[in-house]
Amino acid sequence: MSLSTSDVQKVARLARLAMNDTEIEAARIQLSGIFELIAEMQAVDTTGIEPMSHAQDVSQRLREDRVTEPDQRELFQSIAPQVESGLYLVPQVIE
Amino acid sequence: MINATLKHLSSALAAKHISSVELTQLYLDRIATHNPVFNAYTTVDAKISLAQAQAADARIAAGLAGPLTGIPFAQKDIFCAKGWRTTCGSKMLGDFIAPYDAHVISQFDRAGAVNLGKTNMDEFAMGSSNETSYFGDVRNPWDPQRVPGGSSGGSASAVAARLCAAATGTDTGGSIRQPAALCGISGIKPTYGTVSRYGMIAFASSLDQAGPMARSAEDCALMLNVMTGFDERDSTSLQRDQEDYSRDLNRPLSGLRIGLPREFFAEGLSADVGSRIAEAIAEYRKLGATVVEISLPNTRLAVPVYYVLAPAEASSNLSRFDGVRYGYRAPEYTDLADMYEKSRAQGFGEEVKRRIMIGTYVLSHGYYDAYYLQAQKIRRLIAQDFTDAFKQCDVIMGPTAPSTAFKLGEKGDDPVQMYLSDIYTIAVNLAGLPGMSIPCGFGDNAMPVGLQIIGNYFDEARMLNAAHQYQLNTDWHTRCPQGL
Repeated sequence: MSLSTSDVQKVARLARLAMNDTEIEAARIQLSGIFELIAEMQAVDTTGIEPMSHAQDVSQRLREDRVTEPDQRELFQSIAPQVESGLYLVPQVIE
Repeated sequence: MINATLKHLSSALAAKHISSVELTQLYLDRIATHNPVFNAYTTVDAKISLAQAQAADARIAAGLAGPLTGIPFAQKDIFCAKGWRTTCGSKMLGDFIAPYDAHVISQFDRAGAVNLGKTNMDEFAMGSSNETSYFGDVRNPWDPQRVPGGSSGGSASAVAARLCAAATGTDTGGSIRQPAALCGISGIKPTYGTVSRYGMIAFASSLDQAGPMARSAEDCALMLNVMTGFDERDSTSLQRDQEDYSRDLNRPLSGLRIGLPREFFAEGLSADVGSRIAEAIAEYRKLGATVVEISLPNTRLAVPVYYVLAPAEASSNLSRFDGVRYGYRAPEYTDLADMYEKSRAQGFGEEVKRRIMIGTYVLSHGYYDAYYLQAQKIRRLIAQDFTDAFKQCDVIMGPTAPSTAFKLGEKGDDPVQMYLSDIYTIAVNLAGLPGMSIPCGFGDNAMPVGLQIIGNYFDEARMLNAAHQYQLNTDWHTRCPQGL
């Protein structure tokens, strides 16, 4: 399968990865090769087969709805790129 | 001392032949001498390690030592360790100091073990050669011109070069077993859900599993005893009774039924690797095992299925790296979207971006059924192959990797060629089964060959028994690279 330039541009945008034209073209060639490998899968008849999402046949555990974690805001914010007054700073999004 | 088993180290510490501080210093000195060549460690912090060793010595003196107390281990840099730089091999986490401990790290701490440092790895565990690390290639101690395998290549290299007593690794598609094979050490990926993933930086959550990498199967068993156990902080951690994984090590092998999947011995397997595996099987027959040919008909689909499912999960897991709460943020940007896009573009390496893009594509509107759902259905077929096979045998054996360690840069330009080096290991992750690799000789280029042993769910003790009995009767696992 061969991907188009616009396919790759769309994926890069969805994945939030800035890429220039040279990088898009390199990715297009490599991804096309990988999708050729993946294409082998398409020919398999899987009618009636239940998808397997997990290795063990177990259901999600439930727990009581109570507070289990202590407040560690200061510790966690100490490794953030930019914080102020206990808030994470990002470029302005609302005019 | 550097060739001693964990059991010997533990008795030497108990008998005061050596202290944990002396043992830790011995390894720190070796790291200082040899790490510039092998680049197996990304972070070493002698102060923390020696403080832990001192505490261990006090614990030993107080008569409160466990089997791993005072022994220095290397931890793959995928495990968060409080106060330690935890990079996951990425520029994205280049300055990240973990604010908490992964479950695996706390288990080693509780056991009184010493953390010697964090080992190099493929970026976000995506790679089979350790060439995708932001912190440089790791070298194979058997030949520094060759790769150690990946993604736990730093751990494998450190164990083989005697730069730690043993190490931890993680395995999503072969990342413990393949580097163990390429570096001539023993490593086991346990049944999915056995070791908590809490604090282990996520790649593909339905496949990721941590395990030990050591110089013998016996050492692996002792480490598993510490690493496993229920942890409520991992939603897929299994609630099971605690096992002693060393309980069956000394059982004789007579009557063990070994299944040899014909698909593992077909086109693509190097002749020298094939011969070493055949010799290992002959040894097992001598030890009383019987051999039956089996079939895993969907083997060839494991790589394509994996390269849909693992990137899909990765693209979702790695969306958390946004330059806001922690990790790398680009120095210049115009608005929020631009900040996300530039931080991620600059923070992630090529292979990681490639896999995020594959994952984003297969999960995107209009392609979900054709790729993701289809892959999940074939995943069931692959798991069913194993269930059927285990009706005829107790363990499955074959090669871990199709060839011995290749040269650095050899597979650099072609991701597909690199992906195929995990052809025998990936299906085991898809099924969630335990698998291990033990050394069984050397190839034509004098590089180690690994024998893969695959067990049924929760059958680690039997696999370790099979591996240990082989190691009692052969000495491949005791070989040491020249000059070390």
